[in-house]
Amino acid sequence: MSQSCDISLRVNGETVRERVPVRLNLVDFLRNSLGLTGSHVGCEHGVCGACTMEVDGTMVRGCLMLAVQADGSDITTIEGFGEHQRAVDLQAAFKRNNALQCGFCTPGMMASALEYIEAGGVADRSAIREHLSGNYCRCTGYQSIVDAVVEVIGERAAK
Amino acid sequence: MTGPTHIFDQPNAYIGRSVERPDAQRLVQGRGQYVDDLQLPRMVHAAFVRSPYAHAKITDIDTRAAEQAPGIIAVFRGSDFEDYVTPYVGTLTHLQGLRSPPQMPLAVDAVRWQGEPVVMVVAQNRALAEDACALVEIEFEPLEAVCDAETALEPNTPIIHSAYDNNRAWERLVDAGDVDTEFNRGDVTVVDHVFYFARHTGVTLEARASVVEFNPSDNTLIYHYSGQAPHMMQAILSKILSLPEENIRIIARDVGGSFGIKIHLYGDDLATAVAARILNRPVKYVADRNESFVSDIHARDHRVKGRMAVTSDGKITALEIDDLTGIGPYSMYPRSSGIECNQVLNLTGAPYAIDNYRAKGTIVFQNKNMMCQYRAVGHPIAMAVADGLLESAAHEIGMDVVEIRRRNLFKDNSYPTSSAAGMKFDDLSHQQALEKLVEFMDYDSLRKDQEAARQRGVYRGIGLVSMVEVTNPSPMFYGIGGAPISAQDGATVRLDASGALHVSSSITEQGQGTNTIIAQVAAGVFGVNIDRVKVTTGDTATTPYGGGTWASRGAGIGGEAVLLAANALKEQVLDVAGTILQCARESLSIDNGVVIDAQTGAERISLGELGRLVYYRGNELPSDVSPELVATRHYRVTDFPFVFTNGAMAAHVEVDQDTGFVKILDFWAVEDCGRVINPKLVDEQIRGGVVQGIGGAFYEECVYSEDGQMLNASMADYLVPMAAEMPDIHIAHIETPTKTSVLGAKGAGEAGTGGAPAALLNAVNDALRPLNASIYQMPMTPQRILKALGAV
Ligand code: FES
Ligand code: FES
Repeated sequence: MSQSCDISLRVNGETVRERVPVRLNLVDFLRNSLGLTGSHVGCEHGVCGACTMEVDGTMVRGCLMLAVQADGSDITTIEGFGEHQRAVDLQAAFKRNNALQCGFCTPGMMASALEYIEAGGVADRSAIREHLSGNYCRCTGYQSIVDAVVEVIGERAAK
Repeated sequence: MTGPTHIFDQPNAYIGRSVERPDAQRLVQGRGQYVDDLQLPRMVHAAFVRSPYAHAKITDIDTRAAEQAPGIIAVFRGSDFEDYVTPYVGTLTHLQGLRSPPQMPLAVDAVRWQGEPVVMVVAQNRALAEDACALVEIEFEPLEAVCDAETALEPNTPIIHSAYDNNRAWERLVDAGDVDTEFNRGDVTVVDHVFYFARHTGVTLEARASVVEFNPSDNTLIYHYSGQAPHMMQAILSKILSLPEENIRIIARDVGGSFGIKIHLYGDDLATAVAARILNRPVKYVADRNESFVSDIHARDHRVKGRMAVTSDGKITALEIDDLTGIGPYSMYPRSSGIECNQVLNLTGAPYAIDNYRAKGTIVFQNKNMMCQYRAVGHPIAMAVADGLLESAAHEIGMDVVEIRRRNLFKDNSYPTSSAAGMKFDDLSHQQALEKLVEFMDYDSLRKDQEAARQRGVYRGIGLVSMVEVTNPSPMFYGIGGAPISAQDGATVRLDASGALHVSSSITEQGQGTNTIIAQVAAGVFGVNIDRVKVTTGDTATTPYGGGTWASRGAGIGGEAVLLAANALKEQVLDVAGTILQCARESLSIDNGVVIDAQTGAERISLGELGRLVYYRGNELPSDVSPELVATRHYRVTDFPFVFTNGAMAAHVEVDQDTGFVKILDFWAVEDCGRVINPKLVDEQIRGGVVQGIGGAFYEECVYSEDGQMLNASMADYLVPMAAEMPDIHIAHIETPTKTSVLGAKGAGEAGTGGAPAALLNAVNDALRPLNASIYQMPMTPQRILKALGAV
C-alpha cells in the first residue's frame, strides 16, 4: 500500500488540487483521476511515446513521472493542444495526410511533432524521422506523419 | 458481375477520391474512445497471476493472503469458473485431423506456457489488484518444457497433452503433378534452402482491453470490445457462457490497432466476462505490455525446407516445400492455429504457373505462447520461400531476376485459372504489375548504380517479389469448418426526415478508414453529400449481422453490401418521389441531396422535403402508398473461395559488411486491389503493411530460452520499426476490378506485410552475393548477417 500526498498543478489552463497516492504515475493520474483520456498508455516504461505531454514547457513521458512530481507544474495534454489553437494546423495536416490510422499513437506523436516544429526544426525528412523516433506507431509506417510535419513547417514559414 | 456503372462517374461519386476521414478530427483532438477510457459506475479492475514456468503441474494455490489485501473484491482460480464456462476447442472441421484439447480461461491443473493466466484478482483499482497478485502463492512442480518445434515429434520428447500419443497437432500434404521425376530430370538446375521465420507478435499500441458489464435483472451482458469481429464474439461468448446470443451485446468503439491480434478469444478476456457475471458489476481488464508479449498471439515461427527446379531457360518445373511450425500448447479459439500453415501450403509459388508442386505442412504443440493468425497470415512465409528460391535459381542459371519472373508468372490473359495447389484465380495482373514496377523503380539504372557502388566496395542489393494476397474470403475460410464466423456482411441505409443518410454496417473500424469508405460508397451511390452521411459500426445491437473486418474483407465485402443497400434505397426513394411528383420514377434521379429530373438535371424535390413529407405529412400521400425509406442488403462472395489480389514489390538495400547493419534505401510497391475506393487510405494501408513486413524481416523476434522463457517481453527489448530507420515507400496501382461484385474492390490491407519480407530477403542476398554469403533467416539481424559473412 502506498501513502498519499496533496498536489496542486495547472492542467490545460485549469487549476487542479487532488490527493494522490505517491506511487501513481502522471499519465494514470490524468487519465483516471481527471478523465483526460487523450494521453495514452502503450508501454508504461518510457519507450513507446504514447503518453507524451508537455510539462513546464518540455515534452515528457507521462508514464515516467509520478503525479506527485508534477506538483506545482503546468501541464498541457492533447486535449489542451486540441482546444487552445496551438496545434490546429498540425491536426489539419495529420488529417490531410492520413497521418493517423487507429489514432492511439497520435496524441503523443503530435506532441513530439509540435516540439520539433516549435523548436524551429527544419523540413528535413531524416531529421524529422530522427526526432520522432521515440514515438512508436504500428499503423502508419511513419511516412504520412513526416509528410504532415513537413507541410506544417512550410505553412508556418510562409506566414 | 456487372452493375450500375454510372455510380462510379457521377460528379459526387466519391468512389476513387481521397476523401479525408471524418472521424479523424476526434482522434487528433484526443477525443477517441478506447476501451481503457471507459469509466463505469461500480466498475472494478482485474489483474492476473501468470505462470512463470513454460510447463509445470499446479500442486497448490493459496489465495488467503490475497483475499485479505486492501481493496480486494474477489480472487478466482481456474476451478472457480468451471460452473460458468463450457470448455472450448480451437479446431475447424475442414482442417481435417487438426486436434487440440479443450481450454479454460485460467489454467486448472497444469500450466503449459510462461504467461498462461492462473489466478485472477479483482480489486477496487488495478494497482491494488496487482498488489494482491503478489500475495498469491502457487506451488508448481516444473516439468520439462517442449520448446523446439524441430524436436517436438522425437520419441524422447515429453508429450504435452497426455490424451495424445505425440505432440503433433496437424499435418497436410499437397501433391500435384510429378515432383520427383522433375527434380531428377538431369537437365534442370535445383536450388534448395532452409528458411527460418522467427516468432513475432502484433504489438498493437493499444493493448488488449475488455470492460464487461453484466446485468442480472435481465440476464444481459455488454462487452466493450477492442477488436475486429463483434458478431463472432457475441456467438462464442453465448456458447461458452451459456447465455442467449440476443442477451449479449458487443460494442467496439475506437480500437488502437488490431492486425489480427484482437480477433481471438483470450483466457484473460473471457475471465473478465465470467467475473462480471459472478460479481454482477462491470469489470475492466487491460493487458500491460509484458502481459501482451507473453499472451497476445504470436505469429510465424516456421521452418521451411524448400527446393525448386528450373530449366536452363528459366522455366520452373517443380517446387517442393516442407513447412514445420510450432503453435504453442493449444490451437487458438475460434479460428484455430492451423490457418497459417494451411496458407503457406496454398500460397507458396501461387503467382507462377507451376505444374509440379509438393507441399508438406506439420504443426506441433510446444510450451510457448500460442501462435495464430496475424496480419498477412502465411503470406510472408509463402512469398519469401517461393521468391527466395526463384531469385536464387535465377542466379544459378545466370538469368536476371525480372526475366525469370517474366517466364513463369501467370499470364494476364490466362484467367480464370488455378494454381497447382488448387487456388482459383481471376482478374489478376502479374505481368502488368511486374512491368510497372520495373519502370517505376527504374530497374535498369538501379542495376547500374549497384555495379558502380560495388566497385567502390559498397554492397547494395535489389530484391523483388511477385505476390498474391488472399482477400474477400467466402464461407470457405471459416464457416465451412464450423466456426461461428460470418463471411457475409450487411448494411442498412436509412434516410431520415432531414434528408441525411444513416448507414450501419457489420464491418468494423480499427483505423483503416472503414467508416470513411462506407460513407463514400453510400453517398456516391445514393447521391448525397458525404457530410450528410452518418456511419455506425462495431455494435451488435445496431448493425446488421456480419463478419467484421479481417482478411482484407472490409472494403470488398462490406463495401459491396453498402453499395447494394444504397442502390436499393435509391430505388425506393425514387418510387416515392415519382408518386409525390406524379411522374415516371424512371425520369428521376438523385444528386447531391435532391431528387432531380434525370434528363435536364432540374431540381424536383429535396430529400429533406421528401423525408418530412413521408414522416410528418403522410396524409398527403395516397393511402395505398407505403414508403420505405430504409433498405438492408447483405453480400457474400459466392463464385470463389477467396478473391485474390496481386502485386509486385521491390526493395533496395545497402549492407554494411563490417557491422551487419542493413539500410533500406528505397521500397516500391505496385498493387492491384481492384477498384480503389479511397486512394490515400489504400496507399497508407500498404505503407503501414510494408513497415510491419520490414519489422518481421529485420527486427521483430520473440526470443525464448531453451526452457521456454520469453527473454525480451518488453518494448525496450523487443525491436519494432521506428521512424528513423524506415524508408519512404513508393506506391503505384493497377486497377483490375473483381467480377465478383459491382464495386469491384478487393482487399489491400495485408499486401505490404505479406510481400515486403520476400523482397527484403532477396535484396539482402543480392547485396551479399559478391561476398559469397547468403541468409535465409528472419529477422535478418546484424548478428545473423555477420554470421552469414563468416565474420562472427
Ligand atoms: S506509455 Fe509512456 S512511453 Fe509508453
Ligand atoms: S495510428 Fe495506430 S499506432 Fe499510430
